[in-house]
Amino acid sequence: MLRASEKPNAVMAHLPALRVLLRHINCLIPPPRTSMPALCTIRATCHFLLLSPKPRKLHATATSKGPENHALLLNRDERVARNVTPSDVVEKGSTIAAIVTSLGGPPGAVGIVRLSGPSAVSVAGRVFRPAKRSKNNDWKPMSHVVEYGVVLDSEGNVIDEVLAVPMLAPKSYTREDVVEIQCHGSEVCLRRVLRTCLEAGATLAQPGEFTLRAFLNGRLDLSQAENVGRLITAKSVAAADAALAGIQGGFSSLVRSLRMQCIELLTEIEARLDFEDEMPPLDLNIIMDKIHSMSQDVESALEAENYDRLLQSGLQIAIVGRPNVGKSSLLNAWSKSERAIVTEIAGTTRDVIEASVSVNGIPITLLDTAGIRDTDDVVEKIGVERSEAVARGADLIIMTVSAVEGWTSEDTKLLERIQSAKSSTGSLIPVILAVNKIDCNPRAETDWDRGCQSHDIFSKRVFTCAVTGQGLQDLERAVLELVGLDAIPSGGRQWTVNQRQCEQLVRTKEALERLQSSIKEELPLDFWTIDLRDAALSLGQIIGEDISEEVLSNIFGKFCIGK
Amino acid sequence: MATTTLFTLHLCRFGQSFSKKLFSTSPSSDTLLNPHHVTFHHKLRRPNSSSVPAFFRRFSAVAAASTSGEANYDGIGTADEKYDVIVVGGGHAGCEAALASARLGARTLLLTLNIDRIAWQPCNPAVGGPAKSQLVHEVDALGGEIGKIADRCYLQKRVLNVSRGPAVRALRAQTDKREYAMQMKSVVESTPNLSIREAMVTDILLGKNDNVEGVCTFFGMKFYAPSVVLTTGTFMSGKIWVGRTSMPAGRAGESASHGLTENLQRLGFETDRLKTGTPARVDIRTVDFSGLEPQHGDKEVSWFSFDPDVHIEREQMCCYLTRTTGRTHQIIRDNLHETPTYGGWVEAKGPRYCPSIEDKIVRFQDKESHQIFLEPEGRSVPELYVQGFSTGLPERLQLPLLRTLPGLENCSMLRPAYAVEYDYLPAHQCARSLMTKKIQGLFFSGQINGTTGYEEAAAQGIISGINAARYADGKQLIVLERESSYIGTLIDDLVTKDLREPYRMLTSRSEHRLLLRSDNADSRLTPLAHEIGLIDDRRWKLYQEKQARISEEKKRLRSVRISGGDLAAEVSRVSGQPVRDSSTLESLLKKPHMQYGILDEHGFGNIELSRIEKECVEIDIKYEGFILRQQSQLQQMVTQQHRQLPEDLDYHMITTLSIEAREKLSKVRPQTIGQASRVGGVSPADITALLIVLEANRRKAQEQSRYKIMNAMRAKALEEEVPEVSCTETVSS
Repeated sequence: MLRASEKPNAVMAHLPALRVLLRHINCLIPPPRTSMPALCTIRATCHFLLLSPKPRKLHATATSKGPENHALLLNRDERVARNVTPSDVVEKGSTIAAIVTSLGGPPGAVGIVRLSGPSAVSVAGRVFRPAKRSKNNDWKPMSHVVEYGVVLDSEGNVIDEVLAVPMLAPKSYTREDVVEIQCHGSEVCLRRVLRTCLEAGATLAQPGEFTLRAFLNGRLDLSQAENVGRLITAKSVAAADAALAGIQGGFSSLVRSLRMQCIELLTEIEARLDFEDEMPPLDLNIIMDKIHSMSQDVESALEAENYDRLLQSGLQIAIVGRPNVGKSSLLNAWSKSERAIVTEIAGTTRDVIEASVSVNGIPITLLDTAGIRDTDDVVEKIGVERSEAVARGADLIIMTVSAVEGWTSEDTKLLERIQSAKSSTGSLIPVILAVNKIDCNPRAETDWDRGCQSHDIFSKRVFTCAVTGQGLQDLERAVLELVGLDAIPSGGRQWTVNQRQCEQLVRTKEALERLQSSIKEELPLDFWTIDLRDAALSLGQIIGEDISEEVLSNIFGKFCIGK
Repeated sequence: MATTTLFTLHLCRFGQSFSKKLFSTSPSSDTLLNPHHVTFHHKLRRPNSSSVPAFFRRFSAVAAASTSGEANYDGIGTADEKYDVIVVGGGHAGCEAALASARLGARTLLLTLNIDRIAWQPCNPAVGGPAKSQLVHEVDALGGEIGKIADRCYLQKRVLNVSRGPAVRALRAQTDKREYAMQMKSVVESTPNLSIREAMVTDILLGKNDNVEGVCTFFGMKFYAPSVVLTTGTFMSGKIWVGRTSMPAGRAGESASHGLTENLQRLGFETDRLKTGTPARVDIRTVDFSGLEPQHGDKEVSWFSFDPDVHIEREQMCCYLTRTTGRTHQIIRDNLHETPTYGGWVEAKGPRYCPSIEDKIVRFQDKESHQIFLEPEGRSVPELYVQGFSTGLPERLQLPLLRTLPGLENCSMLRPAYAVEYDYLPAHQCARSLMTKKIQGLFFSGQINGTTGYEEAAAQGIISGINAARYADGKQLIVLERESSYIGTLIDDLVTKDLREPYRMLTSRSEHRLLLRSDNADSRLTPLAHEIGLIDDRRWKLYQEKQARISEEKKRLRSVRISGGDLAAEVSRVSGQPVRDSSTLESLLKKPHMQYGILDEHGFGNIELSRIEKECVEIDIKYEGFILRQQSQLQQMVTQQHRQLPEDLDYHMITTLSIEAREKLSKVRPQTIGQASRVGGVSPADITALLIVLEANRRKAQEQSRYKIMNAMRAKALEEEVPEVSCTETVSS
């Protein structure tokens, strides 16, 4: 029943001449049976195009079992293929990037961002500008030759001075093209470089993905293999769990809601495409409004809660409160310095005083302000105005009150002033209530709730003592929670999750930008779905989710369809 | 009807040089008494060939064990029962399968319950629509028949989604039900290498190696072939329902086929049941169309087939639109207890995309009225199809219900609405070639795989027909990858995903539909079809000329530049964008709302090009950016997705997979990593684990082979040193 089996080597000999004849047909050598292990190695190298010299017939080069070997037809549209040179059609995998040096601890002198994949060099070329500039724009590195230069962001601003180490395939860890960018060791720097790489087209590596690729591409020996398997599976399960569990608040709820909106829009549009004559017409204006508001959500998420900004400028935290509640002491205790002058005299601080601290790698600028009160002192008056201005511009406000005096009417008044400041900018600045001087009145901790129940404006409440340093850790935790970086173990694992969400938002932003340009160019409705799908996919918590089925269920649930 | 099924029509063979076909329409007593009667034959391609072996050429006939205990009539008929391919069922899947197989040169036998119902359209006599039209274009690009027949028999044609993008633009045709069946029947009858016979297949004959050897019919006939395609439609243990009353039947008035399900189960196949339905037909002469909104066909007719020979325009008929009224809703609400779903005697839910009218009214209570389409079923029949009005209500309530519709106040009903339930075989039991995983040479297509629709059936039919013929000839089977076509998407979904209702093709099921348009179905699939021999030289030449013209025209548009003038003015008016001096025609075409037609109007078009070719040029240019982006996304994915999974992988032994993934993967046994990732319950982490196992296995095998080679070399060395050691010992070491 089968034609006589040809030896694979013999078939290989035909290859070059025949490949040209039929680009679109891929005859695979059959999956090897265990009884013929020798074939396995051959299979890896010659799984294409085994064609007979006769142009009209496809022949089975069956070497093992029945004809359940497949001629695979790849998508080769001849009309498109004519414009594309064969080298463009070379099969490609994705290019991944990640910070490969450890994070979370004290910053090292040097940190490394690694890119791996077929377009590693072109991605690196987009972000890296060598000091010795070649004439043409393309970066054509020599393998294993270190180059000095800078990393630029999309607007051309210099991010960091770096060394780029290109290691071209197969002489690299993953056996793919690898470029390692050695930056300065601070987390801020590394993350900004990574972010730039992601924007230039790389995808964030899954935990263990470099090792996985190294293994899949034939590196590491067999004894290592099974360990790698176990390790990577464990890691990806953990990652999937973390992704699934999600962290509350911050990005994850936003990502979820954006994804739902995408699916809903897709539902509206796809229903029309599949059931044209059974549906009421689509109100394009509503759709456009929704898309617009979605991209605004993404924008503002990327801006206001933006990691980039966090990483570039860190957080600005304004410490406000009535005079003499211990704001300056708090600043000194937190920044472990004597930055602010502390006296018993109310109104000592007249101007805004800055101090820097770092919380889990995020640079934080503490702004100590003049105590806010009605005053006739001209200098103090200016100080109070500045305090309010600072509060308005901060990312976060710590309102300090004294445990000794308890909640006073002046505190209520002050709170109102801050609130009015807030409404002027339109966005909500989270406020942490720090009950200071807790050592002087330990009872306050239990009594406090009764005292100021009505002030639910506070996002968090912390009891501190600037003198002993008590409660400062709570304060840091509260800050992190509010900016969506809570529960970061010292290893910084949650960072990866957040980084991923950030990547999701970046991809979504790109998709929505394309979508809006499609709308602007008045492209037909079907083209909108392409980018909406992309957006929904990038927002998906689990890669490879079946959007189609979700959209279909929605369509059937929502619309009366069916002739 | 019952009498027809008693007849056994035979296409028999009198001699090898007969080319004329004769039908024996009356059953002689001889024929009935003796199943091994002499039959006659219409034969075909090589009427003068005298040597039997030459007939079988490269197709090797399976040795038909002459049935013991029965009279042997050597040389006068028994040879006839040996074929290369047997197709069971003469519906839309069966016809395509039989035609493809016969056209590839395989001696093909089409067995059907009733020759007069070949290619019958038991539900809506329409072909195409969103996603379905792509299937039809693709089948045509592969050399199939459905598109040609629909083009020949249309009553009305409309292009849907005209302005919504080239990928979702869809042609839909109302067809003449009778004419359609007649045309297809005559094509099937006149195709060389293809014989037809009425028979009810009740069993599959198995060979020694879990391979199929033929089929056995109700009357005890055995037909032998190395490939068998089952396209049983709704007939396998079919049962029709009107209200609470049911009877065994494949369709109203046609008996079901019994016995095959049990025998398939005996072979280890898993079967399940699906349900579908069809609305009532009313007498067109009793309908008052005066107050109804007409729906006309397109003035400029489009075509399914890429073959210009069938592009013959004909007069179109009109469809009409009516709506349900408050009275309709009242009757349904008052009688909900009489419907199968709400009365509670049928649990199975119907397909979501085709709900009964009672479903619509219950689920969408705030909707005061639903659209109902009235569609003629033919030029010579008075039947009118009431689209959107299928119901499970008993027959006595159906006419009163119909009469609540405007225009139908005095209508008479010709056929009541009914539902049909039937056996199907969950398609995870098939590979993507549509060959079953259990039994080599056995193929399933159409509703037996859980689909619905003529187009879905035809799409599977042509693939199983091609593969059945290739299998019989010892050739590699063809698989259309998911990304290659809607056909590929359809089959990939079927064999991978769990089915909860009859599967209908929808555009939203395809992830990369921009690449799977109807206008490029030929450039995607025709080269393959030509390669395997389904597209003849005439069609191939037409195809190549068309592609050359398109490519030339694109080149021309890139090179011709204009500055100012009427065209520039019109383009900037239409697009709202300025036109720079010395713009290429290509860049003009890329502007919003700009169409090739405008080039034509100003004398910049190419009159050599047909409308379809201009459309192709326009799409290629206008959406070039999108198309290339999708293409490159696809390429990125394909490397990993197309990695093959060994057929004998023991998923239960892979402890790094989740339990659910182990179970699902063992059941579906995907052929590629991509397919595995689409199996429900398989997470990305599972896919990573699979990749690792594959690589580890590869390494192990590599080590083993190295070890063996070393051993062999050592043994050889030993042998040379100590010649008295026997060979067997060496080998066994």
